[in-house]
Amino acid sequence: MYEMTGKNRDNYNKNYIAYVNSFDPPTQHFKNCFRAFMVGGLICCIGQFLRIIFEEVFGLYGDELAGMVSVVLIFLGTLLTGFGVYDRIGRYAGAGSIVPITGFANSVASPAMEFKTEGLVYGMAAKMFIVAGPIIVYGVLAGTIVGMLYLFL
Amino acid sequence: MFEPYLEILWGFAKAFLVGGSICMIAQIVINFTDLTAGKILVIFMLAGVVLQGLGLYQYLVDFAGAGATVPISGFGYLLANGAMRGTEKGFFGAFTGALSSASAGVSAAVIFSFLMGICFRSKTKKN
Repeated sequence: MYEMTGKNRDNYNKNYIAYVNSFDPPTQHFKNCFRAFMVGGLICCIGQFLRIIFEEVFGLYGDELAGMVSVVLIFLGTLLTGFGVYDRIGRYAGAGSIVPITGFANSVASPAMEFKTEGLVYGMAAKMFIVAGPIIVYGVLAGTIVGMLYLFL
Repeated sequence: MFEPYLEILWGFAKAFLVGGSICMIAQIVINFTDLTAGKILVIFMLAGVVLQGLGLYQYLVDFAGAGATVPISGFGYLLANGAMRGTEKGFFGAFTGALSSASAGVSAAVIFSFLMGICFRSKTKKN
């Protein structure tokens, strides 16, 4: 245990944080990673299934194929967020539900639902991009830089 | 006789392994650094952009299909790929390429989220 009195008072904040952390349950690395692996892999398999369906049945290919798969997965992600199921998956899977494109959809849909009460313009529409905004900003920046380098090198 | 089925199964296995591995790497990063979900998404998206800028992510997409395009790094791959292909049309193409290739994903996220926001109310309270 960490002493909170005497000469340790000099590092009061540091000691307090260490004291609080000593009560935290230890992170279960293996279990977390296994769950993330399984759920992330399953979501990618759903993507692969959609890919095969769109390719074989609708005859799509290339960019159109990838785009349609993303659109359907994003739809599923927002729908599950709407029903409140995605939050439960997220609690179980951690990064396995954040990193796939459905997690991106969840990060847009869930503030949209939450901030609806603050109005349609400054509530829902503005808060929608609270997580997705940075992704689009840095994505466009980095993508354009890559394009420019590719153009001039 | 079973060969086409085996090929499809092998495709699923590759998507599962590669997609699962990307998510597992993200989980390891979260376990050791306390980064929030938003930062993880930005980092993985940027990793996709950089890898495709170096021309490496294309190999992963060719190998794993949806296993590489479904994680957020696939979104970065799309952005970089669009900008790089836009360069065929010169400066303006390089300027518009990134967003035009990602337009399907962004539009879908906005439209469906708006609909869900209208239709549903938030169920779980923030902790």
